[in-house]
Amino acid sequence: MKRLATILLNILIVSSFAMANGQQQKSTSTGKSGGVLVFARSGDSVGLDPARETDGESFYATGNIFDTLVEFKPGTTEVQPALAKSWDISDDGLTFTFHLVEGAMFHDGTPVNAKAVKFSFDRQFVKSNPYYKLGPWKYWGYMDMDSIVSEVIAKDDTTVIFKLKKVEAPFLANLAMDFAAIVSPTALEKYGTDFASNPVGSGPFKFVSWQKDDNIILERNESYWRRPAYLDRLVLKVIPDATARYLALQKGEVDVVDFPSVEDLADIESNPDIKLISQAGMNVGYLALNNEKKPFDNVKVRQAINFAINKKEIIAGVYGEAGTAAKNPLPPNMWSYNDDITPYEYSPEKAKKLLAEAGYPDGFSTTLWAMPVARPYNPNGRKVAEIMQAQLAKVGIQVEIVSYEWGTYLDKTDQGEHDMALMGWTGDNGDPDNFLWVLLSAPAAVKPAGNIAFWKNDEFTSVIKQAKETFDIEKRTELYKEAQVIFHNQAPWVPLAHSVVYAPVKKSVMDYVLYPTGSRKFYNVYFQ
Amino acid sequence: MFKFILRRLVLLIPTIFGIITLVFLMIALSPGDPARVMLGERANKEQLEKLRNELGLDEPLYRQYGLYLERIVKLDLGNSIKSGQPVLQEIKERFPATIELSFFSIILASSFGIFIGVLSATKKNTWIDYTSMMGALIGVSMPVFWLALVLIMIFSVGLDMFPTGGRIDIRMFFQPTTNFYLIDTLGYFFKKGDISYFLSVLHHLVLPAIALATIPLAIIARTTRSSMLEVLKQDYIKTARAAGIDEKKIVYNYALKNALLPVVTVIGIQFGLLLSGAILTETIFAWPGIGKWIYGAIEARDYPSVQGGIIFISVAFVLINLAVDILYSYINPKIRLK
Repeated sequence: MKRLATILLNILIVSSFAMANGQQQKSTSTGKSGGVLVFARSGDSVGLDPARETDGESFYATGNIFDTLVEFKPGTTEVQPALAKSWDISDDGLTFTFHLVEGAMFHDGTPVNAKAVKFSFDRQFVKSNPYYKLGPWKYWGYMDMDSIVSEVIAKDDTTVIFKLKKVEAPFLANLAMDFAAIVSPTALEKYGTDFASNPVGSGPFKFVSWQKDDNIILERNESYWRRPAYLDRLVLKVIPDATARYLALQKGEVDVVDFPSVEDLADIESNPDIKLISQAGMNVGYLALNNEKKPFDNVKVRQAINFAINKKEIIAGVYGEAGTAAKNPLPPNMWSYNDDITPYEYSPEKAKKLLAEAGYPDGFSTTLWAMPVARPYNPNGRKVAEIMQAQLAKVGIQVEIVSYEWGTYLDKTDQGEHDMALMGWTGDNGDPDNFLWVLLSAPAAVKPAGNIAFWKNDEFTSVIKQAKETFDIEKRTELYKEAQVIFHNQAPWVPLAHSVVYAPVKKSVMDYVLYPTGSRKFYNVYFQ
Repeated sequence: MFKFILRRLVLLIPTIFGIITLVFLMIALSPGDPARVMLGERANKEQLEKLRNELGLDEPLYRQYGLYLERIVKLDLGNSIKSGQPVLQEIKERFPATIELSFFSIILASSFGIFIGVLSATKKNTWIDYTSMMGALIGVSMPVFWLALVLIMIFSVGLDMFPTGGRIDIRMFFQPTTNFYLIDTLGYFFKKGDISYFLSVLHHLVLPAIALATIPLAIIARTTRSSMLEVLKQDYIKTARAAGIDEKKIVYNYALKNALLPVVTVIGIQFGLLLSGAILTETIFAWPGIGKWIYGAIEARDYPSVQGGIIFISVAFVLINLAVDILYSYINPKIRLK
C-alpha cells in the first residue's frame, strides 16, 4: 500500500508539473507561432500506421500525427503523462488503470475515448477484431506483448484498464512507444488497408499529403487538446545523400537536417548560420565473449581482454566524432546508468598478468567475428576487428578474423558458433530492461540467443528479474546499478561505444531536441 | 516492314524470358537467407519461419521458380516487403519522375552532342576539335555523384542560380495528378494562370538533367564526330563540293542526314541506360524516381521490389531498343533486307 502511495504521489508531481509547464507555454505562445519548417531526412516512411511499421522514418511522421497514453519527456527516456493524465497500478502489479484527458479529439472529429484506446490495442492482438488481419503487428511481437497483456477493458469514457498476465515494470515505457499510438477507429473503418496512407490521430499535426519518396506534409492541429503546435506546417523532405542535405541547409531550402555526414561536421560547426545539436544515441556496440567456450569461461581471461583493448584508438579510427567510449552495457542517457563504474583502462601489462594467472602465459589463438554491415552502433565491423586483432596480438592473443554475410552472421552467432563476436543493440523503449534482459539474462542465452555471450550469471539474472517485477523507480535504479557492477566485474563483453547522433539546424530554429529513442518531434519547435 | 517488326517482336519473347530467369537466379542463388536479413537482429524463430513461408523460401527452388513465372505471366510482380504495396504500383508511382528527367536529359545530350560532334568533325585537327574531344573524354570519365555535388556546390550554393534538389519548390504545396510535373503544372497554368509552378519545375530540372546528360552527351558527340568524318570522305560529298555547293549546305543537308544513322542507335541505347542509370543522380538531387527507389529497395533487402524493378527496367530497355531498331530500319531501309 505504501508503494502505491509513493507511485501516486510521483504521478501527481509529474502531472502537475506538466500542467504548470503547459500553462506557462500557453501564455508565451503568441510570438512564436507561424512558419513552415522543412526537415530533411535520408529516407521515406514505409507506411503511416504506427502499429504496423518498424522503421524510424515512419515513426518520424506518425510521432507528430498520433498521441500515446504516456510519452517520453522531450530529450529523455523518462515517462510522462500524455493522453492518460494519470494512472493507478494495482498492488499485485497486474492491473493498470489509465484516466484519459477530457475533450481530446482525433483530426476527423471523433472523440478520443476509452473505446478508441481499446480499439487501438485490440486490433494488434485480439484475433476476432476485424482489423487484426491488417497486420503483421511486428512491434507488438518484438516487445513480447502477447505474453504481457491479457485484456484491455474500456470501463467508461475516460477509464481504460489493462489486465496483465505477468508483472512487467517496463510495460509503462512500452506504452510510450510508437506502436502504442491511439488511432481513430472511424478513420480505420473508413480507410481500411489505406489507413497507412491516410493516418488520423489526435496529435499536434494533421496529415495533409504524401508524395512517395519525396515529401510528407503535415499541418498544425488547431484544436489540439494541449496548446497547439507553433509551426503552421511541417514538411518531411527526403534527400538521401548526406552532403546534399547539408548543402540544402546551407542554401536555406531546409531548416533541420537528419544524420549529417561525419566528414561534413567540422565544416558545419564553423558555419555561423547553423547550430549543431548532438546527443549520445540509445545504443551500444560491443564485443561478446562466448562464455560457453574455453578460455572465455574464465573470468580472468575476459578481464584480460577488457584491459587489452584500447577503445580510444578504435573510436578515433572508426567512429570519429560520431562515437563515445562505452563502459557499461547501458547508454549514458538511460536512467539508472551507473556512472560510478571505473572503466578498464588500457593496460597490456595488466592483461598479460591476468592471462598468466589464468594459465595462458603465452596467450592463445582464437577467432574474432566481424559483422559485415554498417550499423549505427558500429559503422565498420571489419575495421574494428582489424584494430582489435593488432591490440590483442600485443598480449599474445592470436586472432583470426571471421566474417559472413549478415543473415548468416546473425544465425550463426545466435547459435553460439563464434568465440568472440562484434554485435550491438539499439534500445526500443528507454527501459534498462530492454538492454540488460534481452542481451545478458540467463533466459536470453537459450539458442537462438539474444545473449550471444552465453553468459549465465544467476546473481545478475536474479537482480534484473527483481527490477523487472517492481514498479518503484528508485528501487529499480538501485538494482540496475548493482547489475552493472556485476557485469563490470564478470566482464562478459567488452563494451565498445555508443554512437553520437548529430542534427544541424538553422540558427532561427528553436527548441528542437533529439530523443534517445530516435523520435523526431516538432510540437515544441518554433522559429525565432 | 511489317514482317520485320513481327520478327523482332517474336525475338523479344526469349529475350524477356531470359531476363526474368536471370533475375530470379541472381536473387535465389545469392548467399544468405533473405528473411533473416530483412528481419535483422531482433527476429525470433517464429517470425523468421513465418516470413520464409510468406516468401515461399521454404519451397524447393524449382517450385519457387514455377510460382514466380506463374505470377509474372499474370503481370503480378509481388508485394514490396517494405511497404506491402504491389511492386507494379510502386513502380508506376515513380516512373513518371524518371521518364521526365531522362527525357529532358536525352534532349539536352543529343542536341549539344550532335552539335559538338559536327563542329569537331568539320574543324578536324584544329583547337576546336581537340578541346571538344578532350571535353568529351572528361565527360565520360567523370563520376556522376561527384559531378552532381560539384554542380550543386557551384551553381546552387555558391552562385545561387538553381535549387539543390527536388522537383518543385517545397514550399509551393503542389498536388500532382499525372506525376509528370511539367504536364501537371502546365495544366495548373492554363486553369489558374499561375506560371510560377511550371517555371519552378523547369528550374529544378536543369542541374540533375545536366549531371545525367554529361556521359551520353560525350558519347553522342564522339559518335557523331566519327560518323561525320566517315561520311565526309564519301564520293557524293566530294562531288557536291566539286559542284561548288555551299559548304554549310553540304554539311548539314547532305552529310549530317546520313551521319546521324548510327547516332540514332546510340541515342536510343543511352536513353535506355538513363532510365536505369539515374540511381546516383536521383539520389543526390532527391529526385523521387525509380532509380532512387531501387537503391532504397536494395538497401532494405526488399527482394520482391529489387526483382520487380530490375525486370521492369530491363524490359523497358529492350522495348526502347526495339523502337530504335524500327525507327532505324525506317530511316535506312537497307537494314530490313539483312
